[in-house]
Amino acid sequence: MQLILESLFNGLAIGSVLLIAALGLAIVFGLMGVINLAHGELMMLGAYSTYVTQLIFKLTPLKQFYNSYVIVSLVVAFVVTAVVGIVLERSIIKRLYGRPLETLLATWGVSLILQQFVRSVPLAYASGLICTILIGLIFHIILPKNSLTYSQARIAKVSSWVFSILLGLLSANWLSSSISKLGRASARNVDVTAPSWMRGGFDLWNITFPVTRIVIIVITIIAVFSVTWFLKQSVWGMRIRAVTQNRSMSECLGISTETVDVLTFGIGSGLAGIAGVAVSLLGSVGPNVGGNYIVGCFMVVVLGGVGNLLGTIIASFSIGIMTDLIGAGRLLTIWPDMPAPLATTVDFFATTSMARVLIFALIVAFLQFRPSGLFPQKGRMVEG
Amino acid sequence: MNLLEVQNLNTYYGESHILRGVDLTVNSGEMVCLIGRNGVGKTTLLKSIIGLLTPRDGEIIFDGRSIQRISPHERARSGIAYVPQGREIIPYLTVEENLLLGMEALPGGLNKNKKIGSFIYDLFPILKQFLARKGGDLSGGQQQQLAIARALLGKPKLLLLDEPTEGIQPNIVQDIESAVRQIIVQTGIGVLLVEQHLHFVRKSDRYYAMQRGGIVSSGQTNQLSKAVVEKFLSV
Repeated sequence: MQLILESLFNGLAIGSVLLIAALGLAIVFGLMGVINLAHGELMMLGAYSTYVTQLIFKLTPLKQFYNSYVIVSLVVAFVVTAVVGIVLERSIIKRLYGRPLETLLATWGVSLILQQFVRSVPLAYASGLICTILIGLIFHIILPKNSLTYSQARIAKVSSWVFSILLGLLSANWLSSSISKLGRASARNVDVTAPSWMRGGFDLWNITFPVTRIVIIVITIIAVFSVTWFLKQSVWGMRIRAVTQNRSMSECLGISTETVDVLTFGIGSGLAGIAGVAVSLLGSVGPNVGGNYIVGCFMVVVLGGVGNLLGTIIASFSIGIMTDLIGAGRLLTIWPDMPAPLATTVDFFATTSMARVLIFALIVAFLQFRPSGLFPQKGRMVEG
Repeated sequence: MNLLEVQNLNTYYGESHILRGVDLTVNSGEMVCLIGRNGVGKTTLLKSIIGLLTPRDGEIIFDGRSIQRISPHERARSGIAYVPQGREIIPYLTVEENLLLGMEALPGGLNKNKKIGSFIYDLFPILKQFLARKGGDLSGGQQQQLAIARALLGKPKLLLLDEPTEGIQPNIVQDIESAVRQIIVQTGIGVLLVEQHLHFVRKSDRYYAMQRGGIVSSGQTNQLSKAVVEKFLSV
């Protein structure tokens, strides 16, 4: 009983990290059909935003709220990665809809650029840049468009961007002067320290449940529920579903498919940022952290059936539980006196990395028989 | 002033010249029928008007304003509704959601319009009992009624109908015909219809006959001679 419970919890914990990481991809790849290899790097940016938020909360005026920085950083990471995602969509991906191979190459390039970016640009200035783009985008949305003449609109646009650049520079300067760590570029990994309430764990039935793991599970559950609610109940969710199912007819009905693309991609990227917060709580954060997750993300989405949220959920939890079963050598605990050759094999795979190897091999084998995953969905791709 | 005025429209698919200098007008409160055999460019003309295809030259003036440069969703919001051939119901959305999407073309879009007008159920009573069903699960005739209802919920000034009676059982054809007539009388919108069904063609006010991408004959439908009918309708 205790064994099952422990195994289940560990599986749930591993699975929820996979799920939160794959959730954004399930939207970007599953609904829009965009192969975004920079998804891992968006997670990395989310993790770095957690780091920056944490450092800001160490400053005197905010110090008393230090314990709640994780919650704030969820919002910050979502906004930061959504902004980066929107810029990515507007500048590169929208030109490549319907061309998966080019998208794959281009987003891979973007992932390399982003990795180098965090190595060579001081985080303070990176934050300033994000501030600039964010404020600029907000102005772009709130500026009245119809009441202005062409030249007035031009002046308004230019001055709003100048204003945003100024604010961005100011915030970059403020950050680099008040937190010296952020003022220099560094390729080293950084650590996000969990607030005191998240350290340790609590014991129940002789098992220790680490609090960080529970927090990640809770974040995942909330994220999954809000995404499902958004897609099923909200007006924009309905527009997104309509566009993914019949693009040209949705356009003819009066839905701006461009806006829907931006929004969908922004939300998918924002979810990568939330995954980044979870990742930063698990280990140190470095420029390469995204690469560790991207393959797993694609595996989960493909295994679950592209375009199917429920499939993604089931796939990630089953991979999680399998990882724990194999990686912790649970079979040996259940059946201690198994024949020697079998026991050696089980023992051989009883490390995290070997378990991963075995599971990926199993997934590859499974996809031979069910190429479109657990729950196949019919024709839901973004056409050119 | 004409509601819709198409002047010297030329549309290409890649290098092949499909529409060759098409001129056409539609007025408010009028049903205009486009006839011609398969592959002469009737659907291409409708797609050029809604904006799914970009003409190489020519002019499309709707409601006194040139609409060439604006995208399909803006044309829909300015008052053109399109019911395509094959109906194009959003398959995994419910009938209710499909109807709601029709109101996206109203000012304010779906955010300000959340109630489906009951006039729709007067025109097409069958839709009311299928509201919770997936659009893709309806029969062809029901989907056609849904597509027309969806288009009407946007309160358009011009309705483009592409072969609304194709492959549909006769009694539903009757329903659709009378619904379209009723809408024109009640709301005074203009309708541009592509049709093979002679019975429906006779119900319209004017006709244009197309051949090889151009208009070759036009006039009042009541003067539509037997010779023209035999030449342009695949009866």
